[in-house]
Amino acid sequence: MIENPMILFPLLILFLPLISFIIVIFFGKKLPRQGDWVAVGSIVTTFLLACYLFLQMLLNYDPGFSHGASFSWINLGEFKIDLGILVDNLTIVMLLIVTLVSSCTHIFSIAYMKGDIRYNRYFAYLGLFTFSMNGIVLADNLISMYMFWELVGVSSYLLIGHWFEKDSAANASKKAFLTNRVGDIGFFIGIMLLYSAVGAFAFSPIFESIAGGQAIAGTTLTIAGLGIFMGAVGKSSQFPLHIWLPDAMEGPTPVSALMHAATMVAAGVYMCVRLFPIFTPSALIVIAYIGAITAILAALIAVSQNDIKKVLAYSTVSQLGFMILAVGTGVYTAAFFHLLTHAMFKANLFYCSGSVIHSMHHALHKAHDHDTDPQDMRNMGGFKDKMPITYFSMLVSTLAIAGVPLFSGFLSKDAILAGTLSFAQHHPGHFLLPLFGFLAAALTAFYMFRLIFMTFHGEPNIKSIIKDIHESPKEMTGPIILLGSLSFFIFYTLPKNFNPMKDKGWFTDLIVPRNSAVPGSLTANEIADYAHHAHYLAMGLSLVVASIGILLAYLIYQRKVISAKNISERFGFFYGWSLNKFYFDENYNRYLYQPFLRLAHTISWLDWEFYDKYFINGFGKLTKLLSTISGRFDYSGIDQGFVDGFGRASNTVGKLLRNVQTGRLQNYLLFVVAGILVIIIAQAF
Amino acid sequence: MNSLDSYLFISSMLFCLGLFGVITRRNAIAVLMGVELILNAANINFVAFSKFNGMNLDGHIFALLVIVLAAAEAAVALAIIINIYNNMNTVNIDDVSELKR
Amino acid sequence: MENILSLLIWIPILGAIIVAFLPRDNENLVRYISAAITGLEFIVAIVLWRAFDPVNGSMQFMERYEWIPSLNISYILGVDGLSLPMVLLTAMLFFIGVFVSWNIKKAVKGYFALYLLLNAGVLGVFLSLDFFLFYIFWEVMLLPMYFLIGMWGGPQREYAAIKFFLYTLFGSVLMLIGILGLYFTCGKTFDILLIMERAPEALNGVLWWGMSAAKVIWVLLFIGFAIKVPVFPFHTWLPLAHVEAPTAISVLLAGILLKLGVYGIIRVNYGIMPDQVYWFAGGLAFLGLVNVIWGGLCALAQTDLKKLVAYSSINHMGYSLIGIAAVVAAGEMNGGDLKAAQAGLSGAVFQMFNHGTISAMLFILVGVVYERAHHRDIDGFGGLASQMPIYTGITALAFFAGLGLPGFSGFVSEAMCFIGAFPVFKAIVVLSTIGILLNAAYFLWAFQRVFFGELNEKYKDMKEINGMELFTVIPLAIITLFFGIYPGPYLDLIKATMDQIIEKIAFAASYGIM
Repeated sequence: MIENPMILFPLLILFLPLISFIIVIFFGKKLPRQGDWVAVGSIVTTFLLACYLFLQMLLNYDPGFSHGASFSWINLGEFKIDLGILVDNLTIVMLLIVTLVSSCTHIFSIAYMKGDIRYNRYFAYLGLFTFSMNGIVLADNLISMYMFWELVGVSSYLLIGHWFEKDSAANASKKAFLTNRVGDIGFFIGIMLLYSAVGAFAFSPIFESIAGGQAIAGTTLTIAGLGIFMGAVGKSSQFPLHIWLPDAMEGPTPVSALMHAATMVAAGVYMCVRLFPIFTPSALIVIAYIGAITAILAALIAVSQNDIKKVLAYSTVSQLGFMILAVGTGVYTAAFFHLLTHAMFKANLFYCSGSVIHSMHHALHKAHDHDTDPQDMRNMGGFKDKMPITYFSMLVSTLAIAGVPLFSGFLSKDAILAGTLSFAQHHPGHFLLPLFGFLAAALTAFYMFRLIFMTFHGEPNIKSIIKDIHESPKEMTGPIILLGSLSFFIFYTLPKNFNPMKDKGWFTDLIVPRNSAVPGSLTANEIADYAHHAHYLAMGLSLVVASIGILLAYLIYQRKVISAKNISERFGFFYGWSLNKFYFDENYNRYLYQPFLRLAHTISWLDWEFYDKYFINGFGKLTKLLSTISGRFDYSGIDQGFVDGFGRASNTVGKLLRNVQTGRLQNYLLFVVAGILVIIIAQAF
Repeated sequence: MNSLDSYLFISSMLFCLGLFGVITRRNAIAVLMGVELILNAANINFVAFSKFNGMNLDGHIFALLVIVLAAAEAAVALAIIINIYNNMNTVNIDDVSELKR
Repeated sequence: MENILSLLIWIPILGAIIVAFLPRDNENLVRYISAAITGLEFIVAIVLWRAFDPVNGSMQFMERYEWIPSLNISYILGVDGLSLPMVLLTAMLFFIGVFVSWNIKKAVKGYFALYLLLNAGVLGVFLSLDFFLFYIFWEVMLLPMYFLIGMWGGPQREYAAIKFFLYTLFGSVLMLIGILGLYFTCGKTFDILLIMERAPEALNGVLWWGMSAAKVIWVLLFIGFAIKVPVFPFHTWLPLAHVEAPTAISVLLAGILLKLGVYGIIRVNYGIMPDQVYWFAGGLAFLGLVNVIWGGLCALAQTDLKKLVAYSSINHMGYSLIGIAAVVAAGEMNGGDLKAAQAGLSGAVFQMFNHGTISAMLFILVGVVYERAHHRDIDGFGGLASQMPIYTGITALAFFAGLGLPGFSGFVSEAMCFIGAFPVFKAIVVLSTIGILLNAAYFLWAFQRVFFGELNEKYKDMKEINGMELFTVIPLAIITLFFGIYPGPYLDLIKATMDQIIEKIAFAASYGIM
């Protein structure tokens, strides 16, 4: 079984990064170049293996391809857990995304992280991350998915906290892990609910059981599905757990590109796609609303941010909201499609921003300016000619994310919006979903072009450093060019026979939606049919909203026809909310963390100062009191009173009798005589 | 003067005198003399009982024995009294109360 | 081979005597001899493990000698899948503990003599199958502990020692009453196996003061064991004893002595009164929940690193309690869900072992930093990660193991406890999953405060963890990782015994006098 390349290669893809992690973390310091070549080599190898799998998939062209292998991990007789891998088209595409972005990140980091004090550890953690991410992708059961899910969280924790000397980084890493854990609790509860009903952890038996409708259905299934979805809320940074992702930008930028844009945060979407058959219609409604709210909320925040990475971070949250929205409305292959295209262009956007920050950093360093924030867009401007590769690549990716035709984002976003629209057409009560969707799309176009204009166009805002701004080294521009070119539509619509008129493209053909396992749900065909009807309307609308967004950005930030300042002052209230991220952090802090900490302190006080001190020690004191009383009774009562009293009494009597013993012979004799007389007299009577 | 009663009367008088002396006198020598009187009262009794109660000589023998004993007793007692006098410079028995403490 | 269990108990007793007669001034000789004795003990335990037949769920290597025939007291030893892992853990931690206590300077001879005596006591409890013997070893264990805390501990050691002693003694007295109750109702015998056979019938319908005798005995025994676990209202001796005890003793206290409680509940309460399990399981699960949440919240608020770890022990033992409560899923009225019962009970027993290794690791690591900084105030460090990278790495590993990260054994057992208890105690399990969040919160927060941020100037010369300390931690880390990745070997070892217990409890449901 293991000789089969369809099993062996995925296993290699899974374990090579782990081996690299072990080698680099233990021996990295001693290896030449701190062992970065081990990490890069192993990741590039996994990428090549993934390419092989991908080509096999394209060549075989089997939409139903599925392969698996498992081994018994825990076997207690009745209670069994088998861990295994599942390889199908979805897995292969996802593996390709992960290994591709991971390879690019590794190469990019060689230059970006040069001279970092923990260079080897950085590469080791990247390996750990790639391992765990591949684990999620390959999992064929809930338990191993959960395990890798958490491991991904740890590698994220370690990488966000890479510069742990900074308090903000340390806080962000902790926040990321804990927020994710909140989601994971729901995930685990969902797993337990499913297991207690179905008795299996592997996906296929669960789907079969649900399809049977006997073991679990109705509200229980909805709760189980929402529980599992909570994991995705945490990992994919959905409302209300979206707060960790923007903070996670404290990590090195390549890490943001790899984990917090392209792959790790997409794990939640991947899971929803993978487990789509278990979601009941009511669960899907909740999912759709969460996604829509996240999309619009994050987009609203992104328009006012000035930190280049923060804009991208909120953009990521918003795009993830799109994907979740798509899952909720049933067009989950569109979600996965968006995941794919988004991974490419968003990773590239982060690389480009990394390239800009890198350059800013060096320029500021040269100018001995340590106060200016190298990530603030207000300090940039006019970099277009200084960094042409970065500029064009970023522009292409921006066009893609904005949803301009001929770029990848147009295809995927269009599919999502069409799905949302058709959903609303059939459920008119949920008209907010497409409304939020289109609004978020317009805002996306706006804030992304705002970013481009502020960073690359116009006059430089700090004149002193512009001469030192220059293009980044080849290790960085290489991935930028590669991923930038992947923003063109052609890579995603490449048809089987290279005839674009006849086919819809490999993706649509190979990633075929499955029917929901929940009895009574719409079938995949029905959903696709509905979406198809809404397709042209959605396309037109999305073109309109994208153009409005771009136009506005152009007018405000390039031509400065409309003053941004005026708008922000006129809508001061909304501007304030947006700039302050809707006060989520503040409110969570005030209404969740602080009360929680206070509760902890109260409980601890109760435990130690009250319960132990007064109750337990009081128990001791009571015993002591009782023993004092009984001791006193024993001493003064029994010992002193009774026992000693006996002695004292004899003593007193003795002392009294002693007076008789005068020591005078005559007295004694007198007594004798008296005694005899008494006897005689007594005798006489 | 031939009846037993008169002898017994005499001896009891003598005994009471002796006893009185022993009890009331504070001088050790006087006490000793009282003791001698008591012994002599006993002697008279012995002899009287011997005479009026059959003709055996037991009473006489006892009387002789008592006389000898009294002599020995007097010797020892006087020796003790002399020693007390030497040590304490008194023969008053009330003052001699060393053993009481 | 026949008397291997006696060997296990008497080697350390002999060792204690030998150590007591060594010359006072040669401290290193004492240390080497103690290491050799515990090492020998460890080897014997491994031999026992290799010879043990995991397919057989009943008692093996039984030894039975008459001791005080007039009272039916015998010397009975035996080992099964429940006690064997504990014996191995004990032998290993005592061996490691010698090296942890290498730096003890005060009265070395006395320390190691008591240490070996403690070893004998603990093994005796795990191995004895006669209540009288069991109780004697239970008390033998208590006394050395009292002196080890009271003489070699921290500033408040006398208070901590006396508190520990009184708390435990209170429990053992109740236990003794329970044992005597069983002795008189089950035909005047102390033989645990015999009582197991007779008790269900002998106790059936017996009333004491209008209460079911079985319930009274159950509660008496339970309180005795609960204090050792420690279960919520009886837990306050633990933080204090841990904080004051020397590092090695904290390691043993958390690593082994706490396990005696759960061991006792499973062996004695479950074994002798299986029908009463149904009556008490809800309470057990609830107490587990309280332990998890209470311990977690308290740990979150601590500023003393060692106290934090101590409260984390309370938190972690809660999972074990929830796990053992899951056994009732096997009962008829709960649908005879053997899956859940197996997951829960095996998970709980696995959690005992895992908490043994993980908390031992945590206490050793706290000891390492205490040795260097002479304080344990979490806020008093800062930035140690840049000064001591190896120490940071291994502490991170231990902390992640403690917060139940997949890949470490703690995750497997905690997950099994939850999955097992879920079908019967849904609400309790759902609430106690908050514990996983608390785990992560207190460990990560502490980790951040100690290791992250700018390096505290005071500690810029702090020495990296040394070879001896690494030697004590690395084996534990490897075990934790190994069982986290592949728990099979451990679960295979206990499987047959667990099945027997579950079968008994499932059977009890059918005749149970609810």
